[in-house]
Amino acid sequence: MSTPLTLLLIAVVLCLIGVYLSWTAGRLDRLHTRIDATKAALDAQLLRRASVAQELATSGVLDPAASIVLYEAAHAARQAEEDQREVAESELSQALRAVFEAPEQVEAVRGAPGGEEAVHELAEAARRVPMARRFHNDAVRAARALRRHRKVRWFRLAGHAPFPLAVEMDDEPPPALTDRAPSAG
Amino acid sequence: MRIGIVCPYSWEAPGGVQFHVRDLAEHLRAAGHEVSVLAPADDDTPLPEYVVGAGRAVPVPYNGSVARINFGFLSAARVRRWVRDGDFDVLHIHEPAAPSLALLACWAAKGPIVATFHMSSPRSRGMIAAYPILQSALEKISARIAVSEYARRTLVEHLGGDAVVIPNGVDVSFFAGAEPKTAWQGRTLGFIGRIDEPRKGLPVLMEAFPRILERVPDARLLVAGRGDPAEIAGHLPPEVRARVEFLGMVSDEDKARLLRSVDLYVAPNTGGESFGIILVEAMSAGAPVLAADLDAFVQVLDGGTAGEVFAREDAGDLAERAAGLLLDDARRAELRERGSRHVQRFDWSTVGADILAVYETVTQGAQSVAEDERAGRWAARFGPARDREA
Repeated sequence: MSTPLTLLLIAVVLCLIGVYLSWTAGRLDRLHTRIDATKAALDAQLLRRASVAQELATSGVLDPAASIVLYEAAHAARQAEEDQREVAESELSQALRAVFEAPEQVEAVRGAPGGEEAVHELAEAARRVPMARRFHNDAVRAARALRRHRKVRWFRLAGHAPFPLAVEMDDEPPPALTDRAPSAG
Repeated sequence: MRIGIVCPYSWEAPGGVQFHVRDLAEHLRAAGHEVSVLAPADDDTPLPEYVVGAGRAVPVPYNGSVARINFGFLSAARVRRWVRDGDFDVLHIHEPAAPSLALLACWAAKGPIVATFHMSSPRSRGMIAAYPILQSALEKISARIAVSEYARRTLVEHLGGDAVVIPNGVDVSFFAGAEPKTAWQGRTLGFIGRIDEPRKGLPVLMEAFPRILERVPDARLLVAGRGDPAEIAGHLPPEVRARVEFLGMVSDEDKARLLRSVDLYVAPNTGGESFGIILVEAMSAGAPVLAADLDAFVQVLDGGTAGEVFAREDAGDLAERAAGLLLDDARRAELRERGSRHVQRFDWSTVGADILAVYETVTQGAQSVAEDERAGRWAARFGPARDREA
C-alpha cells in the first residue's frame, strides 16, 4: 500500500473516531442537563412538602404533640445541609406518616377553615416527591452507565462534572392522605 | 399546557394503546389543555380535529401479532415538522421501545419528554438485541410511566432505570351507567375480543363451555369481536352451538350494555397482556370477572380479590369455576361490589390527574419541546434509505 493512501486511511479513521466521541460527549451533556432539571424538580417538590407541613404544624389545627413533631421535622428538612438532607427529608416522611396515620385526622384537618386546600396541597406534594425522585434517579442511572464506559473514562468526556449520585430516601406518602381509591368517585 | 401526544399504531385500527391515547387526549382537552396527537393514518382517513396524520403505516409482525407502524424518511420528516410547528410544553410518547413513530419522535425532539410503556415483555430476541441501540434515544425521556407493576418490571429488567406506575384509564361512569339489555341477561357468560386471535383465549373458553353446560344447562355464551364464528364454533355439537351467540363487532355503547347485562365476564387470555383494560371495563359495568391467572390480570384484580382467577389455558379449571360462580348468587354479588369499589382508581379523573402531575413535574423550570438539530443534521446526511411510503 502506498504511503499517501495509508495516511489518508488513518486520517479518515481518526476523523470517524472524533465524530463518534463528539457525539458521545453530546449525549453525556444532554444527560447532565436532564439530571440538573430533575434535581431541580425534586427540590421544588420537597420544599413544597416541607412548607405545607410547617404551615399545618403552626396552624393550630393539629394537637400540640403532633404540631411539635411535624414542625420539628419540617424545619429540619428545610434547614438541612446537602449531606444531611436525605436523612432529614426521610424523617419528615416518617413524621407525616405518624401524624396522618389515622384517616380521621385527615378528615379533621379537612374540616378546619382552609383545611381542604392545605390537605390537597400536602397530598399533591407527598405524591409528587416519589415521582420526581424516580425520574431523577432514572436520569442518574443513565448517566452513570454511560460515564463508566471506557471511551468516556479514557477520553475524559465528562470533563469536571461530579459523578452523579442517586437520591436515596424514604418518600412513602401517608396512605390516608393519598389513597383515593375508596373515597374518590 | 400545550401537549403533544404520539400514538405509535394506526389510528383507524382498534387497539388498547390507540383507545388509551384517544381517551387521554379527550380528557386533557376537556380539562382545558391544548392537545395535538400525531398518529399513523392514511391521508384520506377522517380524523378528529386534534389528530395529525403521519402517513400510511406498514404492517409488520411485532410482539406476536401484526402491528401497523411507521418508519422511514418521509415519516421522520413529518414528525420533525409536527414537533417544530407544535411548540409543545411537553411531549408524551407511547411505546417508545417499539420500532415506531414514538421512537422517531423521541429521536427528533428535545426537551421534556414523557413516555408510557405499555408492553409486557419483549417477545423477540431482536428487540432485546436492539435495546443498546435504542438507549441513546431513550436517554432523552425525562419521565417514564409504566401501565402496570408488571410492565414496570419488564422495563427495569430490559432497559434499566425506573418508572412510575400509572394504570390505563377508564370512564367508569360510562360503563356503570349503561342500560342492560334483556336479551343478553339470564345466566349469560360474556367474552369480548378478537375471535381469530388465539392469545385472547377463546379456544380455551370453547373447550370449557360444554362442561359448563353439563352443570348449568341454561347457561349462554355471548361472544363479541371480529372474526369468523364458523372457524371457532364449527365443530361444536348442535345443542352446544345453539347456546353460543356471536354478536360480531360491537359499538362502544353495545359493549358497555353487554358488560352491564352478563352474569359473568370471562377473560381466558393465554398471554401477551400487560394491563387488561377490558377487566376494568367489566368491573366498572358491575360484571363479576373470571380471568386467567396472568400476572397483569391478577394485579388489575387487586391480587385476585376483586375478581376470580383460574389456571391459564386450563379448560377444566375454567369450567369448574365458571359453573360455580354462575350457581352462586351471593359470591357474584360480592365480586360485583368489590369490583366497583376497586375500579375507582382506574377512573380518568384519578389517572388523568396523575398523568398531569407527571407533566408538571418534568416541565417545571424546563424549556419547551424543540427540534433536536443534532438528529436533524444526522438525518440529512445519513438518512435511512428504507422508505416504504407509497
